[in-house]
Amino acid sequence: MSGEPILSVDRLTMRFGGIVAVHDLSFAAEPKKITALIGPNGAGKTTVFNCITGFYKPSGGAIRLTHDDGRQIALERLNDFRIAKQAKVARTFQNIRLFPGMTALENLMVAQHNTLMRASGFTFLGLIGVPTYRDAEKQAIALATDWLKRINLLDRADDAAGNLAYGDQRRLEIARAMCTEPALLCLDEPAAGLNARESAALSELLLSIRNEIGTSILLIEHDMSVVMEISDHIVVMDHGVKIAQGTPREVRDDPKVIAAYLGTDEEEAAAVMESGS
Amino acid sequence: MTATPHETAKASRTAGIPFLLKTAFINAVIALVLFSLMIGIRTEAGSDGQLTYWTRFGDLASIVAAVFGGSIVIELLRQWIGPTGAEKLVPPAVQSGMSFIGRYLAPALLVFTLLVPVIFYNQRYILDLAILVLTYVMLGWGLNVVVGLAGLLDLGYVAFYAVGAYSYALLATNFGWSFWVCLPLAGILAAFWGVLLGFPVLRLRGDYLAIVTLAFGEIIRLVIINWQDLTGGPNGVSGIPRPTFFGIPLDNSDDGLAAKLRIEYSPTHRIVFLFYLILALALLTNWVTIRLRRLPIGRAWEALREDEVACRALGINTTTTKLTAFATGAMFGGFAGAFFATRQGFISPESFTFQESALVLAIVVLGGMGSQLGVALAALAMIGGFELFRSLETYRMLVFGMAMVLIMIWRPRGLIGHRAPTVYLTKAQAISSDLVKEGHG
Repeated sequence: MSGEPILSVDRLTMRFGGIVAVHDLSFAAEPKKITALIGPNGAGKTTVFNCITGFYKPSGGAIRLTHDDGRQIALERLNDFRIAKQAKVARTFQNIRLFPGMTALENLMVAQHNTLMRASGFTFLGLIGVPTYRDAEKQAIALATDWLKRINLLDRADDAAGNLAYGDQRRLEIARAMCTEPALLCLDEPAAGLNARESAALSELLLSIRNEIGTSILLIEHDMSVVMEISDHIVVMDHGVKIAQGTPREVRDDPKVIAAYLGTDEEEAAAVMESGS
Repeated sequence: MTATPHETAKASRTAGIPFLLKTAFINAVIALVLFSLMIGIRTEAGSDGQLTYWTRFGDLASIVAAVFGGSIVIELLRQWIGPTGAEKLVPPAVQSGMSFIGRYLAPALLVFTLLVPVIFYNQRYILDLAILVLTYVMLGWGLNVVVGLAGLLDLGYVAFYAVGAYSYALLATNFGWSFWVCLPLAGILAAFWGVLLGFPVLRLRGDYLAIVTLAFGEIIRLVIINWQDLTGGPNGVSGIPRPTFFGIPLDNSDDGLAAKLRIEYSPTHRIVFLFYLILALALLTNWVTIRLRRLPIGRAWEALREDEVACRALGINTTTTKLTAFATGAMFGGFAGAFFATRQGFISPESFTFQESALVLAIVVLGGMGSQLGVALAALAMIGGFELFRSLETYRMLVFGMAMVLIMIWRPRGLIGHRAPTVYLTKAQAISSDLVKEGHG
């Protein structure tokens, strides 16, 4: 199935009453690649995310997900939780949405809910303690432990997620999304609020997810250093429409992108884009 | 002038007589406004029906003076003790002792409960009270699944209690089915009603959910009152069969249990049997809840309480998860209802008013939402404590209410507010109540 994009968004439109948040947007994300969606505040990036992950029903257009085995799913027809469960699309949130009163390990266990539910015979077998469920739980803990190791939080496994540092919470949320074993991982501003060192660690984590696990990533990000370093493909939005797309280099030199970001003062814009290289 | 932080803190703590006087004055004015009509003027109907009144400014003045003086004393005490938390007032030795007690409290309580009928065999009053407390422990544990774990505020829990009670009462009186056949049926029927209630309320959150569940509780009660052919209406159902020891009746007949065991019959046998029956049912509820918490469904309930949107993003079907919480809680309510019916021998809609729902909810909140031990302690305090104040007669409700308020000030998140993790790698650490969400529907 080479050449088939994992996600293709076709003429997506989203209206809220009279306001058109996204208008006629089309783009595609390649499998096992990192695709970034960038644009100034209010460009409609998060709306696109919410349409892809089913939190909004699009007013028009089609969103198609193609799995490795060629199975195609029309995301615009599915509910939010079915998109995560059946289409295997996981997401994180702009403002972190962990389960703060549960431990880091528990957060990762909740992410494996559907696998564990099946193993526990929809609770009935688990209640009487059949060994198959115990094995499945052990495997789930092993997967969670593996992810805690990857995000360097193994020693905080039994601490409440709400007690973790901000940067750790961001990484834990990504690990939680990855524990659902998704085909497509959607990250909404994962670098927001991180310092330079944490951003660098995040870039490394995302690259390892792409290279070692082979999960495709769709990313909204404002931190240009992260976007320019790790993206394979960038889509630029402004006022709900796509204004440019291409490789980081192409996008960086696009006058329309520079204008969208900083009015028309190209010198200043160039300086900002330069800082990300 | 460079004051160390310690000195400035001290200075601000002992800050000034003007501040003291100002606070006391404001409190005195509030007291004056409040009490001027309540105490200052006394009105009464005169002999010819006219209104007579007289003033009691002396009493008013003494009350205002007491408030003035009292607020100075309280403010001084506050400055003297300082802003330290209440924990710091407790010496470390007592604290370690308390944690020791905490570890062995649950097993000790269980052993004591098992021995209650032995210790108090001749005290019918205490046995009856213990059965009542255990019934509320069971109801509290059942509601804890819905409110404490899933974070769904349910003000109509008594509806399921009623469904369970009427299921057993009607099946037993009309078809003569035994308690042990009806008990699971009562649970299943109550769970079925839990699902029925669940469907319309799934989209509601917080206050709206609370109001709809409240209405549901009333609907069930009104249906019971008005469906006279089936339920007997306000007259209730009487002559509900007493429970049997797996078919052997507990009475004075020749084939009763006492006769079979060749011991002398005593009415206490039945009370003791009822005691162990409700204890077994309550422990079953507890065991199932503890197990469910460690299964994916239980974790999903708690995750739902923490953040519903995140749950959906992880592929959890929040609809079925909420429904299972409602159904599980309702099922235990139904079991408790069937027990209630067989214990009383007579049920009527009066037993299933909103007050019961409020009482069970108060037990869950007072105990600490989600904590099994906390709910048990709270049921003991609420039901047992209420009996304890019986000698105070008129002031019983007042003292009881004040005790509740004080406990909630001392422990805003309930007696046991922290949360125990359901799974751990190295060491299970209790999670502070500040982090645990209360849920919002």
